[in-house]
Amino acid sequence: MTTYREAVRQGMREALEGDPRVFLMGEDVGRYGGAFAVSMGLLDEFGPERIRDTPLSESAFVGAGIGAAIAGLRPIVEVMTINFSMLALDQVVNNAAALRYMSGGQLSVPLVVRMATGGGRQLAAQHAHSLEVWYAHVPGIKAVAPATVADARSMVLAALAEPDPVFVFEHATLYPIEGELEDGDLPLGRAAVRRAGTAVTLVTYGGSLWKTLAAAEELAGDGVDAEVVDLRSLRPLDMETVLESVAKTHRVVIVDEGWCTGSLAAEIGMQVSEEGFDLLDWPPQRVCSVEVPMPYAKHLEDAALPSAERIVATVREMAA
Amino acid sequence: MTVPHAAAAQGVTRERALGLLREMLRIRRFEEKAAELYSLGHIRGFLHLYIGEEAVAVGAMQALGEQDRIVATYRDHGHALARGLPPGELMAEMFGKATGCSRGRGGSMHFFDVSRRFYGGYAIVGGGLPIAVGLALADALEKRPVVTACFFGDGAVVEGEFHESMNLAALWRLPVLFLYENNLYAMGTAIERSQAQLDMELRARGYGVPAEVVDGMDVLAVAAATRRGVDAVRQGGGPHLIEFKTYRFRAHSMADPDLYRTKDEVEQWRERDPIDLFVRAQGIDEASLAAVEEAVADELEQAVAFAEAGDWEPVGDLEQDVYTTGPAP
Repeated sequence: MTTYREAVRQGMREALEGDPRVFLMGEDVGRYGGAFAVSMGLLDEFGPERIRDTPLSESAFVGAGIGAAIAGLRPIVEVMTINFSMLALDQVVNNAAALRYMSGGQLSVPLVVRMATGGGRQLAAQHAHSLEVWYAHVPGIKAVAPATVADARSMVLAALAEPDPVFVFEHATLYPIEGELEDGDLPLGRAAVRRAGTAVTLVTYGGSLWKTLAAAEELAGDGVDAEVVDLRSLRPLDMETVLESVAKTHRVVIVDEGWCTGSLAAEIGMQVSEEGFDLLDWPPQRVCSVEVPMPYAKHLEDAALPSAERIVATVREMAA
Repeated sequence: MTVPHAAAAQGVTRERALGLLREMLRIRRFEEKAAELYSLGHIRGFLHLYIGEEAVAVGAMQALGEQDRIVATYRDHGHALARGLPPGELMAEMFGKATGCSRGRGGSMHFFDVSRRFYGGYAIVGGGLPIAVGLALADALEKRPVVTACFFGDGAVVEGEFHESMNLAALWRLPVLFLYENNLYAMGTAIERSQAQLDMELRARGYGVPAEVVDGMDVLAVAAATRRGVDAVRQGGGPHLIEFKTYRFRAHSMADPDLYRTKDEVEQWRERDPIDLFVRAQGIDEASLAAVEEAVADELEQAVAFAEAGDWEPVGDLEQDVYTTGPAP
């Protein structure tokens, strides 16, 4: 068994071993071993040129990643958390996403940016949000959210194989989970059905996958057989897999740790309505974070985040 | 008629003097034409003219080699022309034509020509600086003797990205040449009203970056200073900064009524017009000047004709090149 954090590290290690153009940079990725211990040991294996500690200058080191990618290298940039990544959003939106288009196709930006996302660890309103949709909104970049140990490894490698910027969102509660690694290449952009079912489609991604699977087990006790779709890729969205599932179940609930308004859940619900209106027996439903900055106190944070209980309750309200 | 001139005294051959004059005039006349075409509606969007600052781009490019990299700002016509981007492709870009240097996707503010290592005009003030640091990081890691020259203005100096980039480039001793075009105004805000510290040498020293201040109206001084900077950076000394004191004679953009500075101030600076100064200092005679003007006019005429003749990109290609098809170059 391997932990999720070891799986990300293993993916990076394979990339560093396999391609001299690959290097890792970010805050405390070297001597400290990574804020979430993801890169622990890599400094000793690959040295300070390729495992590069940066100052707390998100905009400069994300922008430097873009520049190095343009110049032919394959940087992996680690940003400590998604909330901190807001400091680099200028570089992401105005440069990484736009340079290929704006240059008339002259440039590519083969950059991978990894960051921790999400709540559940009592870190309050500046470390715990789920802002993936802001990235998924932007044409020119790709966004993925590995939810399993196997995906944690293979998505790093798949992201590095892409010629365009890929943002990898690692839910911070997933780092200690255990699972099995899998060999083989993962095509980016494909969702996975994690649990087959016929009664309702539960669409989710990242850290919410495990809550959703728990909800599905509880619903099974009621005789409600839920299908769970793990999006894996947030841009592009694999709506084909979602719609295939909805064609079977005729009901869909989207579980998304982002805030409800303007969320990925909103986008998926809208696309299901546009493309699969006739498939539906019930309006698409959402289980999202309550619209508050993340509170510190555990009972409040628990109430703010999607939970298996809220997923189960939402499904039960939908007419059988 | 051959007239002896001061150039020889400064170690500048007549050929080189005429070459520098031509480069500056190419920018001046190109931009005057662009302003005219803007008024006629052939060029739209924002148009930021470099007129008055020609000596900076022309002087600086003299010291940069083919393998060196350029990162420019949204006021990028001068940088692009001085770097050798074909003027027809630049004009076509401003027309929005598919034959433009960025296929009509960028316009005046976003000229790109990767074949000439011109990595673009950046229109988020300060936004090109981290890109330059990254280009230089790649060269440092690959041990290539390449210098990345990054132009920025006085507006960028008060952006966080300037400070982050100076710190990172100095910390990692990266081969970045920071070229500070101080034209005294960030759009309409005078530097005295935006910079708590006007002394750039002092600021740079704060990051351990050697800096020098140069008269940006003197093309030979610009070229000599840039040569010193390029040599220092290429020898592995880490980043280097040069401040060019300059002035834009035109408004910030075609949309700017220019209400924030006095006519007297503009007139005083116009007396230090870099082209006039150079012509006088070099003793370039009228016949030689006229010959250069004629060559510049011919090239410009061809550039406009090229732009007019260009095709529009089909709307069917609107979504092309959002992503890369095939492997990264």
